[in-house]
Amino acid sequence: MSIQAWTYVIVAATFALYIGIAIWSRVRTTQGFYVAGRGVHPVANGMATGADWMSAASFISMAGLISFMGYDGAIYLMGWTGGYVLLALLLAPYLRKYGKFTIPEFVGDRFYSQTARVVAVVCAIFVSFTYIAGQMRGVGVVFSRFLEVEIDTGVYIGMGIVFLYATLGGMRGITYTQVAQYCVLIVAYLIPAVAISLKMTGSPIPQLGFGGALVEGERAGVFLLEAIDGIHRELGLPEYTAAFVAGKKSMIDVLAITLALMVGTAGLPHVLIRFYTVKSARLARWSVMWALIFIALLYTTAPAVAAFARVNLIQTLHDRPIAEVPAWFTSWEQTGLIRFEDRNGDGRIQYGEDPATRELEIDRDIMVLANPEIAELPAWVVALVAAGGLAAALSTAAGLLLVISSSVSHDLVKSWMGARITDDRELTIARVSAGAAVLVAGYFGINPPDYVAAVVAFAFGLAAASFFPVLVLGVFSKRVTREGAIAGMLVGIAFTAGYILWFKILGYGGPEDWWFGISPEGIGSLGMLINFAVTLAVTAMTPPPPQEVQALVTEIRLPSQDD
Amino acid sequence: MKGEESREASYWRANLRLLAVLLAIWFAVSFGLGILLVVPLNEIRLGGFPLGFWFSQQGAILVFVVLVLVYALAMDRLERRRPSGQGPDAQGGEGR
Repeated sequence: MSIQAWTYVIVAATFALYIGIAIWSRVRTTQGFYVAGRGVHPVANGMATGADWMSAASFISMAGLISFMGYDGAIYLMGWTGGYVLLALLLAPYLRKYGKFTIPEFVGDRFYSQTARVVAVVCAIFVSFTYIAGQMRGVGVVFSRFLEVEIDTGVYIGMGIVFLYATLGGMRGITYTQVAQYCVLIVAYLIPAVAISLKMTGSPIPQLGFGGALVEGERAGVFLLEAIDGIHRELGLPEYTAAFVAGKKSMIDVLAITLALMVGTAGLPHVLIRFYTVKSARLARWSVMWALIFIALLYTTAPAVAAFARVNLIQTLHDRPIAEVPAWFTSWEQTGLIRFEDRNGDGRIQYGEDPATRELEIDRDIMVLANPEIAELPAWVVALVAAGGLAAALSTAAGLLLVISSSVSHDLVKSWMGARITDDRELTIARVSAGAAVLVAGYFGINPPDYVAAVVAFAFGLAAASFFPVLVLGVFSKRVTREGAIAGMLVGIAFTAGYILWFKILGYGGPEDWWFGISPEGIGSLGMLINFAVTLAVTAMTPPPPQEVQALVTEIRLPSQDD
Repeated sequence: MKGEESREASYWRANLRLLAVLLAIWFAVSFGLGILLVVPLNEIRLGGFPLGFWFSQQGAILVFVVLVLVYALAMDRLERRRPSGQGPDAQGGEGR
């Protein structure tokens, strides 16, 4: 069977599975819709969190990004895993112990203020929409490459699927489809990684092959990483493993970005609400541990894949006559993701640092998608990778949709209409707002804002500068006041958004103008510090919270009884 | 009631102590070994890895998993030892 036939079969099979799960897990109560009835097993919730968290960007783009960044890739690897330590230690168990439905709800109760809740809702919706646009786009890209349909058609198909299981099953449907999606995506990620590791280093474990010696090619016997550093020196590029040298990020920027991503991760509402779905605070801690294990499986494999791809790509393509390139080169060239221009007319591919003489431009997104073809794996593996990319994008999109719909139906409509709204009625509103959110997300997927990458920096920066300090202080201080929290959130957001807007979207000034050398990607960490400072300063000037709020804090700190 | 009050307070203090230790390790490994000290550590080799590079792309993630595991285990023990004050029958952390 051809790659395309296999892709149709595997993608259709996985989609049928997701729809089957959606029908099996449909819900009739808001408790089921928002928090899956709070009966999710911690291991299942760990897998669901893994799929929820690992987006199209993690699955498709991250290894490729690292492959071009070398050491600097650590910002993503540590930044997107280290946040789970903060989650497990500082947030997840307490939010679960508090035990209502949404994050803004906690903010509103702890800070005894409807204003605080509304500010939190606006942050949650904004962060989620910026994220979801990228996911729908990812679905479209995978469809167009592997099934040869228009990107837009791919987005429509993706919308249809997510619509079905998000509106039918709510959190319950999303949780169990995410479990299935985690399985699909991790298998799809590991099979090519193991095959390539075996082929290049003789080790079936990519994490070990990463530090092993090459077994084939002109550099056989040399350690993989030494081989890459050597290749880079020959091409005039900075060494792959070197840190803070010319052409790489500065130390302060690596620190700032890593911190912003960690803290942003711990403040992302679609990750936080996953821990509302387990039975108790105790199980929330265990659930974070499982989530981190499942995520670490991909995140420790990705840098190995990045290094393998680096060697593979350069050895296969650099200095090769264009007449002799492998077949995958031509098929990816047609998508525009590989571009070759024979500038010096010698009929060979030259790859190097200088963009003026470099003849090859490679889009980082194809590293993972093209990997199985580069490693000459069978067609069904290529098809599985396509299904994995779709699983990663759809699962994240669904988690984000739920945040949007629960923010609208629970935090806005329900809290304004109060007790006058019945559970059935609220459920209908939740379904309708999930449906509406799918349409808006689809619109952004079809008409992506051209600054998508900049907007993702927004999502993390804003989550870091808004939610994280307020949530942590809300649990660990009884004294922090409503005025402090609202001022902290607003100043943190305004500062971070302003900085990103100024440098990335309006494009004023370059790296030499950055404050303390911190790039817009890392500015969320400064925004977080400012939020902490403002919150504490304003708190010192305002009267302490009422007795019942202090009692609420005492209560959520106590061990749970309910498991 | 006084006894319960202090039992809750000591549970919380023990939790905070644990958090301080684990977060110190979290910081030391990721920001310390993986970023601040990466250049000198890269002089040392771990098999085919420069050590600092290994910490930043592999080791730190493994340490994160261990930290969360240790916290979950330690809190299970702490909760079993100090069930919250809801009467003698309350058995926080027992069973599941």
